[in-house]
Amino acid sequence: MPQQTKRSGQKRRREGSPWTGLGAVVAKEMADHLTSARMLILELLTVLTAAGTVYVAAQNLRNSGQDQFLFLSLFTTPQDPVPAFVGFLGFLVPLIAIAMAFDSVNGEFNRRTISRVLAQPIYRDALLLGKFLAGLFTLTLVLTAIWLLIIGLGILVLGVPPSGEEVARGLTFLAVTISYGGIWLVLAMVFSIIFRQPATAALASIAVWLFFTVFWGIIAGVLAQVLRPVEVGFLEESLAQARLELALGRLSPNALYAEVILATLNPAVRSLGLVLPIQLHGAILGAPLPLDQSLSLIWPHLTGLIAATILLFALGYVLFQRREIRA
Amino acid sequence: MSEIVLESQGLTKQYNGFVAVDNLDLTVRQGEVFGLLGPNGAGKTTTILMLLGLTEPTAGSVQVLGFDPVRQPLSVKARLGYLPEQLGFYEGLTARENLVYTASLNGVRGREAHERIDAALAQMGLGEAAGQRVGTFSRGMRQRLGVADVLLKQPQLVIMDEPTQGLDPEAAREFLDTVRHLKAEGITILLSSHLLHQAQAACDRVGLFHQGRMVLEGTVRELARQVLGSGYRIHLEAEGPVPSEAEGPDGLEEPLRRLDGVLNVRRFDTNFYELEAESDLRAEAARAVVEAGGRLLSLAVEAPSLDEVYTRYFQQVEVQDAATD
Repeated sequence: MPQQTKRSGQKRRREGSPWTGLGAVVAKEMADHLTSARMLILELLTVLTAAGTVYVAAQNLRNSGQDQFLFLSLFTTPQDPVPAFVGFLGFLVPLIAIAMAFDSVNGEFNRRTISRVLAQPIYRDALLLGKFLAGLFTLTLVLTAIWLLIIGLGILVLGVPPSGEEVARGLTFLAVTISYGGIWLVLAMVFSIIFRQPATAALASIAVWLFFTVFWGIIAGVLAQVLRPVEVGFLEESLAQARLELALGRLSPNALYAEVILATLNPAVRSLGLVLPIQLHGAILGAPLPLDQSLSLIWPHLTGLIAATILLFALGYVLFQRREIRA
Repeated sequence: MSEIVLESQGLTKQYNGFVAVDNLDLTVRQGEVFGLLGPNGAGKTTTILMLLGLTEPTAGSVQVLGFDPVRQPLSVKARLGYLPEQLGFYEGLTARENLVYTASLNGVRGREAHERIDAALAQMGLGEAAGQRVGTFSRGMRQRLGVADVLLKQPQLVIMDEPTQGLDPEAAREFLDTVRHLKAEGITILLSSHLLHQAQAACDRVGLFHQGRMVLEGTVRELARQVLGSGYRIHLEAEGPVPSEAEGPDGLEEPLRRLDGVLNVRRFDTNFYELEAESDLRAEAARAVVEAGGRLLSLAVEAPSLDEVYTRYFQQVEVQDAATD
């Protein structure tokens, strides 16, 4: 009988865990990231940005000094000509993520290490997931360090400790920023599987990022005008057009991230969609929402970001599994 | 007969309609060095990738060390060492760091990993260079590091794809010595090469590949007998017997031809003879010369050369093809 099952081998599942060797891959890749010159430059850049923007914001806040959520304002207060720290993060995080992943798979092919690594008792799953997790952990490490620096700087400059809710909102902001980084990480990884040349993969990733940052907002507006034209001038028509534009705009991870940050760091934001005056009846404008309400506001956005990350990873997984090792 | 380590039946691989490996039946036994030989593009690397489970066969079955590489790749890869044709390391890491990664991928960590790595590096003569970045290594050193990388797994079977390619003759010779050492330690070795004379020096048995098929298989001697008709070629220089005692105009040709196992004798100039023989008949030939009253000046045996077997085989194939066309 065992002989029989051996013969019909096609039906049998492959043996062993796909996660064998995952820890080894993660440890090696993280060590690479943390010691690479590339990461050092980006970390320096981020720390400088954080220190600069937050210091300027703190000075500004000290002079006005009336806000209920001082620490959250540290991240979001712009002081002309310096934009707020979250504004910088919107493009620094994609940059770091892309820098870590654009040569992750094709680099192994180009260094000709891939056949040697895959000849060890691991599945390809472990290599791919290990590279993704190592990138995500590195991002977490860097962002957490910067987050702590900012809070520390805030305490020094503002002279008051953050409240419990500020810490909770700050941590939410951190978690969201990491998942935002995850989607760019996995995008760059997919390109590094598709393209043989790391430079091509890097360019493709940056092109996608630029597209969503600069052009997608414009395209969404034009598409909305074409698909839901305001012909007569009814309120319903304008409303439908605005709704479509918003929905299309949210296909961009940048837009999702910006909205999430808005709701997380500014408790006064009550809605991320369109609000008609009639819906505001009875609301106390400017009154902060409790944390759980803000969280339920951003929940769909966060789910969308993570779902897109998982979908992209699945795509990369399929492409990588089908790739012939003989290069 | 010793245990079968590797066996394939009807192994076939097609890429987009192109047949890279065609119906391959291969058997490798415990402790032997088997050479997969043939020109580039003959299907050697594809065969090796299928044995490792890195490429799925289109048809046929493989058993490596009793496991199926398609369904049980981890068991296969844990027991088998692979030295790829394009051998790459992480250039920015030291030799030791590269090996630490391999060890950890094999689940070997801590003290045991370092003991194995030290032993492997020392065995390959890289003990001194362990702390150097691989980026500074020469081609020969990389190749030795590749072997160290394989050895630290303590494999039962080692597969080497074109291991001597790109090495200078001295390094290639050292490498073949290494292969013999591994064999002496009881490790079974499958190596592919297009450099026939090198493979001949190292392999117990060889299989000749041509367009995805294994067209000839056996020991070099068997192949030589099969294709060339004789296994040995003996070169002999002798002055014939003085004319008064000479048996005839043929000089020494006649006594040499009478020896058992001699298939053909040819004479060049006056004093040079070439014998085709089934075995090493140097002693018998010497005695025959002396008994015939000749003066033996030099005697050498030329083992059958794979290059010759290969060339001759394809000449025959082409002649047959031309005849059938």
